[in-house]
Amino acid sequence: MVLLKCPVCNGEVQVEDDALPGEVVEHECGAQLEVVKEDGKMSLRLAEQIGEDWGE
Amino acid sequence: MRIGILYDIPRWEERNLIEEAKKLGHEVKLEYTKDSIFLTNERREQEIDVFIQRSVSHNKALLSSLVMESLNFTVINDYNTLIRCENKAITTFLLSKHNIPTPKTGIAFNPEKALELANKIGYPVVIKPIEGSWGRMVAKAQDEDTLRSYVEYQSYSIQKFRDSYYIQEYVNKPNRDIRIFVIGDEVPVGIYRVNDKNWRTNTALGAKAEPLKIDEELRELTLKVREVIGGFFLGVDIFEDKERGYIVDEVNGVPEYKNTVRVTGFNVSQFLIRKIEELIKK
Ligand SMILES: Nc1ncnc2c1ncn2[C@@H]1O[C@H](COP(=O)(O)OP(=O)(O)OP(=O)(O)O)[C@@H](O)[C@H]1O
Ligand SMILES: [Zn+2]
Repeated sequence: MVLLKCPVCNGEVQVEDDALPGEVVEHECGAQLEVVKEDGKMSLRLAEQIGEDWGE
Repeated sequence: MRIGILYDIPRWEERNLIEEAKKLGHEVKLEYTKDSIFLTNERREQEIDVFIQRSVSHNKALLSSLVMESLNFTVINDYNTLIRCENKAITTFLLSKHNIPTPKTGIAFNPEKALELANKIGYPVVIKPIEGSWGRMVAKAQDEDTLRSYVEYQSYSIQKFRDSYYIQEYVNKPNRDIRIFVIGDEVPVGIYRVNDKNWRTNTALGAKAEPLKIDEELRELTLKVREVIGGFFLGVDIFEDKERGYIVDEVNGVPEYKNTVRVTGFNVSQFLIRKIEELIKK
């Protein structure tokens, strides 16, 4: 587990070590977050809303 | 093989693909489209044998497939296939041009003409965003009054194709439709999507998946769709009409298959990778 900061409430979020970039995590504050990996370092940002062009 | 997976949101399908590819002894390289940079003539690691396109965003899927093809990679599905799938008008008119049964469908470019079109088709009609999925904003209008409201809503929406009214007959199908898969040159698996309460039978809207027995007619029709649309891995949606038989609703170029695997036990990821192995060996 990696301990990351929630960009919304600043609280702590536990994320699996092998989480993939783009993975969506819901924080207890209600925020939908997505995993970002930059130079091997993991962080979180606000996830996108369903886009108009999303689909199969 | 070295398999590249272009993706933006890792869903069950993407994880399962990674797992099955590794089980079969392949190497997987993930390309997270959202944070990637794509350059013309960029020299990439040429050891990737094939890319599988799994982006949920149509735009990212289309463009990242195109870029990878421009760098001479094999991409499943390729840009040309995705264009034909993502835009429902392109799909429908191409299929009907090749005499594949589709719902009677028309397109108009302003609200008055949209109503005129619907009168030609006959109510009830279905109006859909030209691009979209999971049944989102697909609406049925019983009469002109209702359609007028939908058309007005669309005209003030921020949809990309808000000035293009894609309208079709309501097909009086049973409480289900068919989702059937093309993988390589085969049609190995499919499901019914059953919903007793909602005429929209998307599983995203609560339809139940049930295994489908694929008859010869359905197989042939699906392969014919593939001939017209192209591609290597497709999810084809088909209606059953009492009088006319099978009618092709649409084609999905980045199909989801979690429910299909769950109810049929058929390993879609593994089958797909095996078919790609054959393709690459050729
Ligand atoms: N012309 C029609 N007649 C009857 N039912 C229809 C018609 N068009 C769509 N439907 C129903 O509404 C559902 C959603 O429509 P459609 O599949 O065209 O939209 P979509 O948002 O692209 O869905 P998908 O996730 O399958 O791509 C279909 O699964 C089908 O059950
Ligand atoms: Zn939070």
